[in-house]
Amino acid sequence: MKRDSFLPLVGVVGLIVVWYIAVWVRIVDPVLLPSPQASFAALVKGMGGKLGFDFFKTVERTFYATAIAAVIAIPLGVFLGASEKLYRSVEFVIDFFRSTPASAMFPLFLVLFGVGNWTKILVAAFGAALVILFNVAYGVMNARKTRLLAAKVMGASRLRVLTDVMLLESLPQTFVGLRNGVSLALVIVVVAEMFIGSVDGLGHRVFEAQQLFDMPDMYAAIFAAGALGYGLNLLFLLIEKRFVHWSGK
Amino acid sequence: MKVVPVSRPAGAPVSLKGAEPPAHITIRGLSKQFNGAVVYDKFDLDIPRGKFVSVFGPNGCGKSTLINMIAGLIPIDAGEILFAGKTLSQIKFGYVFQNYREALFPWLRSIDNIEYPLKHMNLPKAERRAKVERLVAHLGVKIDLQRYPYELSGGQQQLISIMRALVVEPEVLFLDEPFSALDYEMTLFMRQQLQRIFAETGTTMVLVSHDLEEAVYLADRILLLSRRPARVADYPWNEAPRPRTDATLSEAGFVQLKAHCLEVFQREVRKG
Ligand SMILES: Nc1ncnc2c1ncn2[C@@H]1O[C@H](COP(=O)(O)OP(=O)(O)OP(=O)(O)O)[C@@H](O)[C@H]1O
Ligand SMILES: [Mg+2]
Repeated sequence: MKRDSFLPLVGVVGLIVVWYIAVWVRIVDPVLLPSPQASFAALVKGMGGKLGFDFFKTVERTFYATAIAAVIAIPLGVFLGASEKLYRSVEFVIDFFRSTPASAMFPLFLVLFGVGNWTKILVAAFGAALVILFNVAYGVMNARKTRLLAAKVMGASRLRVLTDVMLLESLPQTFVGLRNGVSLALVIVVVAEMFIGSVDGLGHRVFEAQQLFDMPDMYAAIFAAGALGYGLNLLFLLIEKRFVHWSGK
Repeated sequence: MKVVPVSRPAGAPVSLKGAEPPAHITIRGLSKQFNGAVVYDKFDLDIPRGKFVSVFGPNGCGKSTLINMIAGLIPIDAGEILFAGKTLSQIKFGYVFQNYREALFPWLRSIDNIEYPLKHMNLPKAERRAKVERLVAHLGVKIDLQRYPYELSGGQQQLISIMRALVVEPEVLFLDEPFSALDYEMTLFMRQQLQRIFAETGTTMVLVSHDLEEAVYLADRILLLSRRPARVADYPWNEAPRPRTDATLSEAGFVQLKAHCLEVFQREVRKG
């Protein structure tokens, strides 16, 4: 039991070993593939300085984007999901835009909102909102029929059935939406930081390191972005475990 | 022990020691179709007050539909269902679902699940708690009610559902195959629990069961339904004294009544 919790480390160690060997036997040009030490040194040094700042900017944008998306999409999803007919009538539009790569929307948002910080946040919020909306609506629509009947039979009004049962029933699915939404928001924010006249953020850092051919810095920024994505997912999982203790039971 | 397996026309009272107990639920001219398939056609039935009625019949004959219509879970096409002259909205009733896992609220602790229906009765919190505690003490239930339903065994969960249905002090309790998802040992235990609850509360109970032995064992009267459209095939009394025990199962009267019910059931199945 206890030993099994070390299993994930095997892959990490394996990756580093392969990396070392690749550097050692010079499979790749050392300029393109710096050693693990050099990259980690850049990561540690960078997080205390510029990289840390960019990291913070990306976290901030992703946070705002997800928050805006959640505030709009959760109530709207509940509203649409509560009436299956209503959802069916807008389903195609939602699915269409959900399937549209958010990066294709950049130019439109640039025209609408200019090249400021908020444009990046809003594109990301747009993408995340659709994912959250879709999941919340399905969570509400798939509320266990028996549970709704049980509430009704105990004298709950339609409104109380919605607040006491449907909302809570949809929570596990809502968290699936939030997790996917925050991941998507991060992707969009990082891409936006690369291209739209950016001066900060992890996307900008990766892009700039590449332009300067500073490979250790670039790997450091990529790891920071990976850690951020993983961390956000983990954070939402932990929140879910805490608040949706019944999920999957 | 006296057993009176008498066939009778639907709705017409049968004499029992001269005095028929007053009807609690009266069903007259009840009709119901599902997409053209007639499940009930001008159906009449009386359910006696304070008695335990088991509903037994062929698969898909409309047992669940019957109690769901009485409990207002599905609309009726025609007819009238009254509770001593009152309509459903004027009485308190409880309903226990077969699938307790999907009927309980997993986000609420067991005690809050039991309390939930009281929230729709505009009672102050303290009074709600007191009612729950009184019920728990009355039934002598020894379950840790601070636990969430999914932390309990199937039988315990169904016991929580039954308590949730009872906490409003219902006039009538409906149960649709409440024990069919439990293992045999738990089923036997739960039958005893239900029998005790019935004895202690005197609530009119209507139980749908797939298990003839269970249906007869628990019932004061067994409603045997025909194939669709459902009619009353027979409606015999079971006058075995309570509390009934394992010994009851092997008594001549019980065996005879069960054999009679089985015969009626098989006659109805063969008709199909
Ligand atoms: N919502 C519905 N829509 C269409 N047909 C239905 C619906 N509910 C029930 N029926 C049909 O009505 C008939 C009676 O159903 P019901 O569930 O009452 O039977 P039952 O006696 O409880 O069966 P079982 O023994 O399987 O529990 C069945 O033939 C069923 O297919
Ligand atoms: Mg049924």
